Amino acid sequence: MRCRRCGERAAINMPEHKLALCAPHYLEWFLERTQNTLRKYRMLEPGDRILVAVSGGKDSLALWDVLLRLGLSADGLYIDLGIPDYSARSRQKVLAFAAEHPTARLHIVDVQAQYGLSVPELAVRKRGDNRTCSVCGIVKRHEMNRIALEQGYTVLATGHNLDDEAAVLFGNVLHWQIGYLARQYPVLPGDEAEGFARKIKPFCRFYEREVAAYTLLRGLDYIYEECPFAVGATSLEHKALLNQLEHRAPGTKLQFYVNFLRARQQEELQFKVEPTQVILEPCRVCGQPTTAGGLCAFCRLWQRETPSEHPVE
Amino acid sequence: MHVIYRDRTWDFAETLTVRQLLERLKLLPEAVLVVRDGVLLTEDQTLHPDDTVKIVAVISGG
Repeated sequence: MRCRRCGERAAINMPEHKLALCAPHYLEWFLERTQNTLRKYRMLEPGDRILVAVSGGKDSLALWDVLLRLGLSADGLYIDLGIPDYSARSRQKVLAFAAEHPTARLHIVDVQAQYGLSVPELAVRKRGDNRTCSVCGIVKRHEMNRIALEQGYTVLATGHNLDDEAAVLFGNVLHWQIGYLARQYPVLPGDEAEGFARKIKPFCRFYEREVAAYTLLRGLDYIYEECPFAVGATSLEHKALLNQLEHRAPGTKLQFYVNFLRARQQEELQFKVEPTQVILEPCRVCGQPTTAGGLCAFCRLWQRETPSEHPVE
Repeated sequence: MHVIYRDRTWDFAETLTVRQLLERLKLLPEAVLVVRDGVLLTEDQTLHPDDTVKIVAVISGG
């Protein structure tokens, strides 16, 4: 198999794009496509300061790497969730990447050091063992938004790839989660007055395999093992199902997700949303916006321990 | 050839293409990358009995 651009031996074949590329041209293509996605969905504005949420996994490290190679202002945020063994190893990967990119700043939030409990401990105390992932999601969303606002970042970028997004879409359609479908988009506008940073997903049109190939070809060292709490997750089952469809009909995942976005953009698909009914108020403890009135979801998790100062390394 | 995938290993005595290897192991090419000596391989590449091949899983919980 030969590279479409130069005729050398191809490193990767992408049936979804009917495209095979050698390593140098793949890395070039990857940057071009990221830029194209940033433009297509108007993810960035001039002068934006980007905060990249980095977990130590392949997607987020690849995203930070790509944004820096594109010459954008992008710092990293690592949230240490206190997952035994796993967090220490993932933190090490992020620190190693940051050490090689001294022009970028890395913020670290250590949940246990800051709030008194690790995420698994908090999940056990609050909701029982089987809800760790939902507790983790609340903690990460809160802390990402907090650091972005406190440190003056206008954009929060996450490494969600097409497989992630297609699996979420699949789950939302399967259960007709209209509210979630209405919100599913690779750009969520920020609102400084309301206290939200803009959220973007620049890798939303990359297959997970494409991101992994970029990471390998760039020699980025990432945490390969799965988070111990993700084993058996529904999202993994949905990804496996979608890959079976993809195997029979290349491009299925891309069409499923991108055509959903297109239908939304062209207003062929509309959701009855009543924003006037959603009244956001600052959380009584942390000040972040909440619809709940009183405490936000994050502060409700910690009701016995009021969040203290928020030091950032 | 010696094949490594997650915490498992296999040995095959014959020559196989990457596609044939994945079929033998019942792995979907959409969910993995195949690497030999640090070089990423496409499905038509031939693997020889003395090769050491690493299969990298690409799907994670997200």
